[in-house]
Amino acid sequence: MNILTLILAIPLVGFLVALLLPRSSPQSSRVWALIISLATLVVALSLPLHFDYSQVEQFKIDVPWIASPDIHFYLSADGVGMWLLVLTTFLTPICVLISWRSIHSRVKEFFAFLLLLEFGLTGVFVAQDLFLFYVFWEISLVPMYFLVGVWGHERRIYAAVKFFLFTMAGSVLMLAAIIYLYNRAGTFSYTAILNMLSSGRLTFEPTEQMLLFLAFFIAFAIKVPLFPVHTWLPDAHVEAPTAGSIMLASVMLKMGTYGILHFCLPFFPAASHRCAPWIGVLAIIGILYGALVSLVQPNMKKLVAYSSVSHLGLVVLGIFSFSQLGLDGAVYQMLNHGISTGALFLLVGLMYERRHSLEIADYGGVATPAPWLSTAFLITALASIGLPLLNGFVGEFLVLQGTAISNYSWTIFAAIGTILSACYMLWLYQRVFYGETREQVRSHMPDLNIREWIAVVPLIIMMVWMGIYSQSFLPPVTKTTARVLDQAQVNVPFRVSAPKAVPSRVAAQSPLPSPQSPGFSPAPVQEVARAH
Amino acid sequence: MPISNFINAGDLIRFLPEIILSVAGTLLMVLDPLVNRRSSNLFGTLSLLALIGALFGSVAAYAQAGPAFGGMLSVDGFATFFRMLVIVVGILTVLPSYRFLARQDAETGEYHALLLYSIAGQCVMVSANDLIMIFIGLEISSISSYVLAGYLRDDKRANEAALKYFLLGSFATGFFLYGVALIYGATGTVNLTLARAAITGANSPSPVFIGVAAALMFVGLGFKVSAWPFQMWAPDVYQGAPTPVTAFLSTGPKAATFAIFLRIFMTAFEPIGNGWEPLVWICALLSMTIGNFAALLQSNVKRLLAYSSIAHAGYVLVALTARSDVGTAAAMFYLAAYAFMNIGAFAVISHISGKGERYQNLEDFAGLAQKQPMTAALLTIFLLSLIGVPLTGGFFGKFYIFKAALESHLVWLTVLGLLNSAVAAYYYLRILVMMYMHEPSEAASGAEPLTVGLKAALILPALGTLILGIFPSWVLDFAGKSSSLLK
Repeated sequence: MNILTLILAIPLVGFLVALLLPRSSPQSSRVWALIISLATLVVALSLPLHFDYSQVEQFKIDVPWIASPDIHFYLSADGVGMWLLVLTTFLTPICVLISWRSIHSRVKEFFAFLLLLEFGLTGVFVAQDLFLFYVFWEISLVPMYFLVGVWGHERRIYAAVKFFLFTMAGSVLMLAAIIYLYNRAGTFSYTAILNMLSSGRLTFEPTEQMLLFLAFFIAFAIKVPLFPVHTWLPDAHVEAPTAGSIMLASVMLKMGTYGILHFCLPFFPAASHRCAPWIGVLAIIGILYGALVSLVQPNMKKLVAYSSVSHLGLVVLGIFSFSQLGLDGAVYQMLNHGISTGALFLLVGLMYERRHSLEIADYGGVATPAPWLSTAFLITALASIGLPLLNGFVGEFLVLQGTAISNYSWTIFAAIGTILSACYMLWLYQRVFYGETREQVRSHMPDLNIREWIAVVPLIIMMVWMGIYSQSFLPPVTKTTARVLDQAQVNVPFRVSAPKAVPSRVAAQSPLPSPQSPGFSPAPVQEVARAH
Repeated sequence: MPISNFINAGDLIRFLPEIILSVAGTLLMVLDPLVNRRSSNLFGTLSLLALIGALFGSVAAYAQAGPAFGGMLSVDGFATFFRMLVIVVGILTVLPSYRFLARQDAETGEYHALLLYSIAGQCVMVSANDLIMIFIGLEISSISSYVLAGYLRDDKRANEAALKYFLLGSFATGFFLYGVALIYGATGTVNLTLARAAITGANSPSPVFIGVAAALMFVGLGFKVSAWPFQMWAPDVYQGAPTPVTAFLSTGPKAATFAIFLRIFMTAFEPIGNGWEPLVWICALLSMTIGNFAALLQSNVKRLLAYSSIAHAGYVLVALTARSDVGTAAAMFYLAAYAFMNIGAFAVISHISGKGERYQNLEDFAGLAQKQPMTAALLTIFLLSLIGVPLTGGFFGKFYIFKAALESHLVWLTVLGLLNSAVAAYYYLRILVMMYMHEPSEAASGAEPLTVGLKAALILPALGTLILGIFPSWVLDFAGKSSSLLK
């Protein structure tokens, strides 16, 4: 059996079986969800071990699903999709563990939806048929809607509906664009459309390309979320139960950045380049605005949520720097953000379980009764800030370096955002964990128990590992981003000043630099590369 | 001329579903006074058997596909598709009716008889290839529907619904008949194929004549499918009629009317398509928009689904605007998917509403997921399909329709239509929110356990919705084959 199919099948079967488990025994649902999510993780971990650098598409399966129109069950993983898939399967068992006690009501449904969510999210990152991609994209929406709406906090219904409608509004535009692409190209296959584009068999008028780009990009931007369509995020993140916040922040937001990287850049290179300055401005606004709002937040969860807006802005900036370093950094930052923001939401959730408050003012001096919790939070906060030797540093550094190559002014703003992130995180840490320990905090704040340890430690290990030895993770990413970058320069009718980190390999793979586009000349590109 | 020149054995087989349904309907009428009211599961069971018989009858008729009764009927794939669709709608209407009628103390044979007559009329409509036959089918179907809408005769709202439906419906049929008369006057024939030939032929009649005829027929049919600007009656009638009847009205007659809509406008009036396309374009867009935005404000679930059905009529009109075989096939698929999801949703409402249909408000669905998780889960499937979430029939229906529209370069209609479906998500979500995210209401707590009939009435359409969503090609292939045979 194809390994990707297996990874999708396990949570799906797990979901269906979970529906049949007895309502009277919530323990059975918990154990079942843990078994299923661990099994998925074990299978998913074999992906990086078998990653084959000589191939573009890994673990491919392509079987017809619907004859007319020609829709295939077509899965394959590239370096980026593979890591995001592993991230999803890595976080799901942690979410199960963290919800073990905190979910009291309708336990069976909760874990069933969590498994369905895992199914949808893993599918998004490996579907290579546009239609199938859309199917997974929408499917992941439904369980998250229920997770937020049923098990969330006070304003959960408002948050859930807002989340659903925002995403839906974006994705119908994407659906229109997907159908349009199909009518033009005659296929939903990602690879086939790319081949047609790069061989010139399929070309778009500039306006046509721009509209298609925007249709895709708006759907992705809402998911990222990019300023000014970010307003659903603070609501959804704050109101979601802890597991929901983790999956939302760590994985769902990456659907947007993954989509931009996977579809927008290779499919619509000229439009991407033309929009890049505007998108860069929006990303910078997002970085600074998210950071400034975080700075004044009295609510811990909202603070972490707004910090996501800021961090994801950096990812978008990296992508639209059109440089190898920037793209690598963006992908690495996607993974980092998944780990460290996931961990932040997890730890905030643990404190909420104990103290039943998210207000920073209700805490203070937590480090005295709960030293290990505080240590874990400190490491996570430092990782999120981007302290060297922890994961955040690698990603931020690469993005900053990448933007420095293409647009130095972006770097300045992005760096300001990084500084601000240190401000709000450290200030948060100071207010919550240091200072005088109040009586309510002392009596309600036991340290981590074993189950919580098991959930937290893997995340911390990953932060350190990804910070110290990024070479375990970056090569597959570089391979994929180099290809994306290469495709993003095909048929661009104007010069692009982006260096190629691996010019020799790219040149060997690329059938072009297209001689028919007069503005494009490879020479200045190499000059820039040498200069750096 | 002796009648045997017109009728032969093949014709009778091609007419088999209608024969079975009419005979069974009459039988039920006769049985009604003879049978003790309290043992009246008999009526439901008999009409189920008749419908299943008619289903096989339409398969048998398709085996003998061809024109019947001198070209008045045309039993082709298109007709068979819709015949089977309306018969299945009938089955899915009878199943929840058992319990519903028992609860209202209104179990009679005439309810089932009228239902069977109405379906027989729709079978005639969808297989007719002749304007007079279409008119006769339309009348059989409509008159039975008027009575069905007012079936609970002690209920004020049902009376209002029936009267409104009858008055406005008669006007609409009148318009349609004017159109038929004009066509006959202009071309000298009521046969659709011959009319098309006359319109495209050498000495074709004045385009004004044909245009006015098309417009009049559009008015009549637009009313029946509750498209803008003829949608006013739908919310009142759907709200007032007994819930299983509402389910039936919003799917069966609608599908059949769309069938003749497609047949008339894609055969006889296809040559003047450039003329009517902009009009249908506007009607499609405004039906979707008005239906969806009005539904946002509703608190009565039946009324909400009534407005949503106006919007869904708009989606099907998009397929008609596409003016292509792909569009026709998409409309056929959509109507099938819509029948399943809508009838399923109404079956849940009829289950919740209780005696005297007291519980129809959104708040009455509160907490249903805690009290009856299975009912709530099934309604969730129907609602997700109505929203258009993948792996449900409703999604593929929309997908095919907008694909056809884009192929015909209707970019704006597609974009606006899809944005409309995002708006629609909001009011369907309101029901989901109620069911899953609120504490149980009086209605949800008091709801009876599902009876066997209701279970079947919920699970069958849910399966249908999911199968259409996962293996759409089973139905779409057939629809695609039949749509190209239409001309």
